Amino acid sequence: MKVLVTVKEVAEVEDDFEIEGTHIAEQFLEYDLNEWDDYAVEEAVQMQEAGDDVEVVSVTIGPERSEETIRMALAKGVDRAIRVWDDALEDAEMLDVAAKTRILQAVVEAEEPDLVFTGVQANDDSFGATGVSLADAIDYEWAAVVNALDIDTLLAENVANVHRELEGGVEELTEVDLPAVLTIQTGINEPRYASLRGIRQAQSKEIAEQDLDDLGLGLADVESDLILTDMYEPESESDATIFEGDAGDTAGQLAEVLREKGVGAE
Amino acid sequence: MTDVLAVTEHRRGSLRDVSFEVVTAGRELADATGGDLHLAVISGDVDKFAEQVNCDGVDQIHTVAYGEEFNHDVYTQAVEALYDDLSPSIVLMPNSVNGLDYAPAVANGLSLPLVTDVVDFEWDGALTATREMYGSKVETTIEVDAERVAVTIRGGEWPAANGTGDAEVTAFDADIDEGAIGSRVTGFEEVGSGDVDISDAEVLVSVGRGIEEEENLELVEELADALGATLSSSRPIVDAGWLPKNRQVGQSGKVVTPKIYLAVGISGAVQHVAGMKGSETIIAINTDPNAPIFDIADYGIVGDLFDVVPELVDEFQ
Ligand SMILES: Cc1cc2nc3c(=O)[nH]c(=O)nc-3n(C[C@H](O)[C@H](O)[C@H](O)COP(=O)(O)OP(=O)(O)OC[C@H]3O[C@@H](n4cnc5c(N)ncnc54)[C@H](O)[C@@H]3O)c2cc1C
Ligand SMILES: Nc1ncnc2c1ncn2[C@@H]1O[C@H](COP(=O)(O)O)[C@@H](O)[C@H]1O
Repeated sequence: MKVLVTVKEVAEVEDDFEIEGTHIAEQFLEYDLNEWDDYAVEEAVQMQEAGDDVEVVSVTIGPERSEETIRMALAKGVDRAIRVWDDALEDAEMLDVAAKTRILQAVVEAEEPDLVFTGVQANDDSFGATGVSLADAIDYEWAAVVNALDIDTLLAENVANVHRELEGGVEELTEVDLPAVLTIQTGINEPRYASLRGIRQAQSKEIAEQDLDDLGLGLADVESDLILTDMYEPESESDATIFEGDAGDTAGQLAEVLREKGVGAE
Repeated sequence: MTDVLAVTEHRRGSLRDVSFEVVTAGRELADATGGDLHLAVISGDVDKFAEQVNCDGVDQIHTVAYGEEFNHDVYTQAVEALYDDLSPSIVLMPNSVNGLDYAPAVANGLSLPLVTDVVDFEWDGALTATREMYGSKVETTIEVDAERVAVTIRGGEWPAANGTGDAEVTAFDADIDEGAIGSRVTGFEEVGSGDVDISDAEVLVSVGRGIEEEENLELVEELADALGATLSSSRPIVDAGWLPKNRQVGQSGKVVTPKIYLAVGISGAVQHVAGMKGSETIIAINTDPNAPIFDIADYGIVGDLFDVVPELVDEFQ
């Protein structure tokens, strides 16, 4: 069985930051593996450990910088990785869900996995849509927002018994035929830290670089119909009273308000 | 044509609030495009749902009677068939968990650009949408370079439609291909009951990722004790297994409306806010002055919880 895990390196913004045009200025960004993808990687690696013959391949659409993040996934047990990049992507202002779908579709067609795990959402642009869009494009079944997966049944019977986490503390129990795309929700497992041994082994694992040409794609395939025309800090709707002073002062003022409201009275 | 097709949502026999919100948002768009607002009601007791959602501003309601509960294969096929029939400019869907289980498939199947989690929009021959990025730290404007588009809207951003409308209700034969249905709902499970019910508490001390380590939870437990409050949390604390699921506030946890909600090291992500915005008084302690939680707070301390919380505990001991 082969599992393909899509992973994205996402930017996290520092507390204080500046916007340049339609981007946050580079010096205020830190990069990390998308939180949701960390859980997706862990779920795939747990399958590989539970099964006899499970290969886990990860794929990223991202610039050279993202190799570090890919190595983290390899160190956690992913067998090999694919990194898709191209000058045309470098120039693109924005990759929308449709463009990402076409790229990932080409990768799926080359790899023919039985299962694809994506994260529920990428923590930077939060479209929350790539996994299900991809499933439709490659004609796989799917389930979105999966927070439990029965790995034993999956390996034995080729059907994915999942829980989909709905709103308000309700979970939907669903049976999904393979091949399938599952979008993985945080909390489904406990992502491991990479071990020293894992980090060493990751150095010798393959990261295959592919450009659009390698995937049989052209410029038109990655053109986005969505154009990012503005980015700004939302006008603060806050009418909060912010207490000023050091920790002692602010705690004192807050305590007063709390007491007025009858907290800790007795 | 410049019509709008909006899709309603129900679960276990009841329409969900978002169904009435897509009516409001859909009417707004239809007014701007000069077209009609069509509603799709798919699966379950469609006649009952159609009657309930027949509010002011709806022009036509199309019912697809197939199956009971939500199934993404059925929804995808039904919406695509309606699109082929009505040829609307905009397909409007909720950005709910189930919305995200079929909207991207609809967009892909119809080759429509997709904009998700939209909080505002304008129509001027094409759609311009507002959406957030980086956990609500920034807003962005997105112009759609196409005449037709699929959109999902964030819950709670548009008011619920009301009034009794006089839209015509017609049964639509979507010709669902049963062979293409590859997933089956086998049941539902309620999670998160247990020792305490945080939705009963008058005062909640709620802790988020700012607490950093499990050992540090002691600090907020002390605070909760000192205040006579109940301890709740944001999702990452529960994901990490530091607190049980019944303590989680938010979209997938509990909705709480205490007299006082004290958020400690919580950023205020939309899925968290969905569970606590109805609190009477909201207080936030956070190092980041731009954290979205301050937008809905009544009182705030911009500071390090590891300095402020011990001082606050002292005040009450
Ligand atoms: C489908 C779906 C459902 C979800 N459901 C829920 C839900 O029910 N509930 C929920 O909470 N989330 C939910 N989430 C997750 C949500 O998107 C956020 O990831 C989560 O709420 C973030 O939690 P947080 O605020 O604790 O962490 P973060 O966003 O990481 O924020 C931590 C905050 O702590 C502050 N901080 C750091 N150090 C300190 C310090 N020393 N002193 C003071 N402040 C400090 C930081 O400035 C930051 O603002 C859901 C997501 C999805 C996709
Ligand atoms: N650039 C990318 N490279 C690889 N995978 C991605 C990329 N962007 C998104 N994904 C995957 O799609 C999921 C959902 O992303 P999104 O739809 O952008 O919120 C992420 O959790 C990733 O698993």
